[in-house]
Amino acid sequence: MKKNASLIKKAINTIKSKGEVAVIPYICCWDPDLETTEAILWELAEVEPACIELGFPFSDPVADGPTIQKAIVRALEHQPTFEAYFDFISRLNQKGFPHPIVCMTYYNIIYRFGLGNTVEHALKSGLAGFIIPDLPIEEAQPWIKANQNSGLATIFLATPTSSKERIQKIVKHTKGFLYYVSITGITGARDSLPEDLAYRLKTTKNLCGSNLPLAVGFGISKREQIKLLSPYTDAFIIGSAIVKIIEEKGKNSPKEIKTFLKNLKNL
Amino acid sequence: MKVPNRRGYFGKFGGRFVPETLIPLLYDLEKAYLKVKKDPSFWKEWQYLLKEYAGRPTPLYYAQNLSSYFGRKIKIYLKREDLLHTGAHKINNTIGQVLLAKRMGKNRIIAETGAGQHGVATATACALLGLKCVVYMGAKDTERQKLNVFRMKLLGAEVVPVYSGTQTLKDAINEALRDWVTNVSSTLYVIGSVVGPHPYPMVVRDFQSIIGIEIKKQILKKEGRLPDLVLACVGGGSNAMGTFYPFRQDLQVRLIGVEAAGVGLHTDHHSATLAVGEPGVLHGMLTYLLQDKVGQIKGAHSIAPGLDYPGVGPEHAYFKDSGRAEYVSVTDEEALEAFQLLSEKEGIIPALESAHAIAYLIKIAKDLPKDTIVVITLSGRGDKDVSSVREYIEGN
Ligand SMILES: Cc1ncc(COP(=O)(O)O)c(C=O)c1O
Repeated sequence: MKKNASLIKKAINTIKSKGEVAVIPYICCWDPDLETTEAILWELAEVEPACIELGFPFSDPVADGPTIQKAIVRALEHQPTFEAYFDFISRLNQKGFPHPIVCMTYYNIIYRFGLGNTVEHALKSGLAGFIIPDLPIEEAQPWIKANQNSGLATIFLATPTSSKERIQKIVKHTKGFLYYVSITGITGARDSLPEDLAYRLKTTKNLCGSNLPLAVGFGISKREQIKLLSPYTDAFIIGSAIVKIIEEKGKNSPKEIKTFLKNLKNL
Repeated sequence: MKVPNRRGYFGKFGGRFVPETLIPLLYDLEKAYLKVKKDPSFWKEWQYLLKEYAGRPTPLYYAQNLSSYFGRKIKIYLKREDLLHTGAHKINNTIGQVLLAKRMGKNRIIAETGAGQHGVATATACALLGLKCVVYMGAKDTERQKLNVFRMKLLGAEVVPVYSGTQTLKDAINEALRDWVTNVSSTLYVIGSVVGPHPYPMVVRDFQSIIGIEIKKQILKKEGRLPDLVLACVGGGSNAMGTFYPFRQDLQVRLIGVEAAGVGLHTDHHSATLAVGEPGVLHGMLTYLLQDKVGQIKGAHSIAPGLDYPGVGPEHAYFKDSGRAEYVSVTDEEALEAFQLLSEKEGIIPALESAHAIAYLIKIAKDLPKDTIVVITLSGRGDKDVSSVREYIEGN
């Protein structure tokens, strides 16, 4: 099946209809090396994620906290190219990787590779879409245009500082799912989330309508958080908590990550 | 055409490439700035402080010894930003932005600093105006510039060393942006040059334009005409843009920005963004950057810590492409020679940054026609550089 925005939506719906929690794990490609990345991906496949966010490292990740910054430093030691990233996605898909993968990276990487070139490579390799945290809708016209007929997920972010009017605009351009940032802040696991988050998710979900799934990310690492917020969101993005395991266990992290996510999903 | 346009673009450069969390803040800042821009009471307060506290207007000094050193009939004027309080042009901007923060009801200021000059100027403005100040500084820079760290602390600021990335200025900016994303409601980010997302390049340019406005008045009084050549060093580009902007429509005036060629443009150790960089997106702006094929940002180098930045203000990128200004570069060695020359000939020890502008004049002086009038912005004084220059000279 073609990997694209609608596949992500379908996956989320399937998981939800089974009464399970839809998770979207994040890892950074090449952290700590490409072999381990692949091993982690196959373990992740077994927890039936809605999709997987596979980061392409950028030297100046302003939206990321210390945990993911360190992962990016580990990944950059391999001096990865964007071509190699797409080759890797191609190989995974040729081997029958069953879940959609979206690329999370910063705009300069895409700008440098060329917008049209990026879309072309994504389609060829079977990547399902992109999350670009430093590309707000104000600057996204060229990117949206490049994706006019691509079917790729153009995933934009909404945050606690986004007004209702802004979220409505953002939703219009978003495909795949809307990424709701739980806090005003950077990525990183947190013990507590803002008290009004459930309310914010509820209103944001309304603005998404029935066609666009809502996923919440930043700071999610605990079962209690998921239990509390499950009624208000379609999916949970889990990044730093997983990356922390890679930081600690390196090559031995794949199995451990699977166990962690299974526990998290098991409410 | 007026730049920037409503979307913050100077031609194809600029914009606001930042996380969504910050976008509403940038709109607030823009709105607040456009409001005070029309408010005479704001500018009165700013002018009062720059005059009585910081020492404006600064002299436009006719450097007779330097002029005759070149043995030709050229006249060199120095715009003495080095005489300002805290020793550089940075204070023009920090007093402006901190006043703006007060009007916006913010009680906490954050800033980045490389060498420490902008950090000191921000800490100073915050001490004066009673706001809390946190300065992010690359861990390598806190080591290299211990005295400025101490200065900021004396002024009541908190200095946070940044250990990520290359541990220099660009990472300090990243960390300041991360702080701002986290503390959106209480805090204003006071950026130190004509860089960053819209509206910063415009705001900083406007505050620094006092340099060029004064030059124009002063030179007309002294010479009865505009200069032929105006030179300034370019790091992020604030002293140069402040100098150039009021001359942008005086097409007979040649504007030359001087970047740091470091060890040489053929190496990886320089900061000549406009000379050899390529367009890309960093720190919220689309501009020329030092980057590799993939788009990873490269470390920059210069003997002048304030020039050590892999990006440049988008309006300079626009001036370069439109041809309104020329951009050249000089090496560490050439800057050092100029540093010594100005000290010996005029009794003025310039900042190493400013010495770059002098160094380019040395290179071209012999080709300048008779009666050429040159203005060089001396962006800062060299006290901060004396010990590193000594190490360099004694080390060689
Ligand atoms: C004395 C001096 N000149 C120049 C600069 C470079 O900054 P800009 O290019 O923004 O003027 C600095 C920066 O710290 C400085 O301290």
